Amino acid sequence: MRHLANTWFAERLGDSGIRTIYLADHHPAHMPCLEIMRLDWLRAAEQARRLEMRFVAVWAAGAGCHDQDRGARHGLYAYMAFAHPEHCHALLRTPLADENPSLPSIAGEFVAASRMERHMADMFGITIEAAPDARPWIRHEHWPRGAHPLRDDFDGKNPMPPCPCSGDYDFVRSASSGVYEIPVGPVHAGIIEPGHFRFLAVGEQILNMEERLGYVHKGIERAMQGRDAASGAKLAARISGDSAVAHAWAFAQASEYAAGIKPPRRASLIRGILCERERMANHIGDIGAICNDAAFAFMHMQMQRLREDMARLHQEIFGHRLLFDTIVPGGVTVDLGEAQLARLERQTRAIAAEVEHLRSIYADHPSIQERVIGSGVVSVDDARDIGLLGFAGRASGNYPDARIEEAYPPYDELKVHVAEGKSGDVATRVWVRFEEIADSARLIGEMVERMPDGPIAAEWTPPEPGVSGFAAIEGWRGEIAAWVRFGEKGLIDRYFVRDPSVINWLGLELAVREVPVPDFPLNNKSFNCSYSGNDL
Amino acid sequence: MLRMLRQIVRIGTITERLATSDAYERLGRELEDAVKKRFAGSLAIRQVDAGSCNGCELEIHAANNPYYDIERFGVHFTASPRFADMLLVTGPVSVNMKTALEMTYEATPDPKLVVAVGDCAEHCGVFGRENYAIAGCVSDIIPVDVVVHGCPPTPSDIIRGILAAIDRMP
Ligand code: SF4
Repeated sequence: MRHLANTWFAERLGDSGIRTIYLADHHPAHMPCLEIMRLDWLRAAEQARRLEMRFVAVWAAGAGCHDQDRGARHGLYAYMAFAHPEHCHALLRTPLADENPSLPSIAGEFVAASRMERHMADMFGITIEAAPDARPWIRHEHWPRGAHPLRDDFDGKNPMPPCPCSGDYDFVRSASSGVYEIPVGPVHAGIIEPGHFRFLAVGEQILNMEERLGYVHKGIERAMQGRDAASGAKLAARISGDSAVAHAWAFAQASEYAAGIKPPRRASLIRGILCERERMANHIGDIGAICNDAAFAFMHMQMQRLREDMARLHQEIFGHRLLFDTIVPGGVTVDLGEAQLARLERQTRAIAAEVEHLRSIYADHPSIQERVIGSGVVSVDDARDIGLLGFAGRASGNYPDARIEEAYPPYDELKVHVAEGKSGDVATRVWVRFEEIADSARLIGEMVERMPDGPIAAEWTPPEPGVSGFAAIEGWRGEIAAWVRFGEKGLIDRYFVRDPSVINWLGLELAVREVPVPDFPLNNKSFNCSYSGNDL
Repeated sequence: MLRMLRQIVRIGTITERLATSDAYERLGRELEDAVKKRFAGSLAIRQVDAGSCNGCELEIHAANNPYYDIERFGVHFTASPRFADMLLVTGPVSVNMKTALEMTYEATPDPKLVVAVGDCAEHCGVFGRENYAIAGCVSDIIPVDVVVHGCPPTPSDIIRGILAAIDRMP
């Protein structure tokens, strides 16, 4: 863990005349939070763009205990986070006016900010100035007028009463008579999460696909408020069930940073093993499902078998097939004996070998190759523009990986191999996933070997009221960014989390332009974004 | 092709006997004989995620994997509620999914069965009832025949719950 204060971004901003105040109640120091004037908000984003930083997230929060102590006039703050491959993450924040809060949009600099700004507008009633897209996002048409769930004066405890619909969502349309619309969802044909896709198609070709999400919005941000850290970790694990480990880890690590607690080495290595196993299981399941969508059922069955083998060992060793509730603030809940470590290592190796074997069959099978090669391309430039994350980014020439950029334990002593894809099609996304399965297996082997003796958890003592922490964890879909702030009695007073899906959903929209409609499921699966993680 | 066949032969049939389970509960409604008879041979299921975290979906998927092979019981998943005999519903019902769930229920022809899968479907789980974004648990919105406990329930529990709904245990 690096404890040195990271002044790189503050200095660069200073060079361009943007004054920053370092907030001492935010941790860790290597991912600092700087306060700027609202006037400088857009300029700061421009500067980040010029410095070739990656946009991570933009969000809002009410004033914390410290802000109130300082006698702040302001009840609301906006935050944004950027990352640089060499200089790690940095956060900026600015106070907003109490009456009619507003904020200039940074979507002109970073496209991916648009949906997050819409989320802020829905949740807090903040007006986004010069927003390229001012439609509501999570807020559906039947929400009561003026309902902004993260405002203090909103009743978060009772289900919102249904209200008459306030018009329809304004989908992108085409004036041309040759273009027809295909609405799909929210309830989909398969066993998947709900969301709405609106296709504009000409003949077989998709001209444009627009996503309308928010259907599984469960009020997670509000539900986090007032929980203690243990209960927060349980909820975090259920933000997106397929990423239970990564989300719980992001929550735990942000909380630990805030509290100044360092999990024992053994706990970090067990976390690493859990997270890499989760990565393998999901990639394996998804590769099978992608093949299934191209009618290659053999591969699907084989991959589901391997995934089930993993789930069964997880049940035996960790007491949960999907590894829920294994990570808590301070450490992990399950210790591993010698025999269990050996079994994990052995099974990981065996599965990786089976996957390699299946990969050679996949590569030799012309009917699947026909479907995946060249389908659904996201170009390197487009991927950079939206900041495509995780394996999807790595398939399109963008290689952000929090395991390398932040090198949080245990990755500070491990070398992660990055699969460097460029072509950005379904085949490359599958290729990256195959590579990552192999690399995760290798990492698990190394972690088992390095496993030190010692405790599996440090005692959790909450930070003093008003202290916040930020963490970035590389889950199997990509970077999860999490920011937590504690209030009185060690209870959470704000939790913001950005699942990689929030950004990668944009990648799917770009990928399926000019793809034939029947190839949409295949493309969708190749990203497999989380609805629940997006909708919160 | 040859290598595929070799792999299939090498792995063989791995489908197992279904484990017993007590993780489900049949609620009130006694099934009419006609319903039992009608569904006994084959059952078409429409799965509806009404707000789940997607953990339950992973386990429903697993019920289709070669170890559990739910299809051997004549149960299969269908793409439209119009062909469905049963709705398999997961998640607390989010305010934003309530209408879609009601419409799906309406679109499913009578007689129909509803199985609520998972702790969220049963009692809103970790998301809680005291939540502006949650309309309620599944039985608050539509009539439910069987609930399957667990977060998420195991594939065997899910299959047992489905079979309990049609009163047909192997
Ligand atoms: S019961 Fe558990 S796994 Fe299922 S949707 Fe709820 S939180 Fe997710």
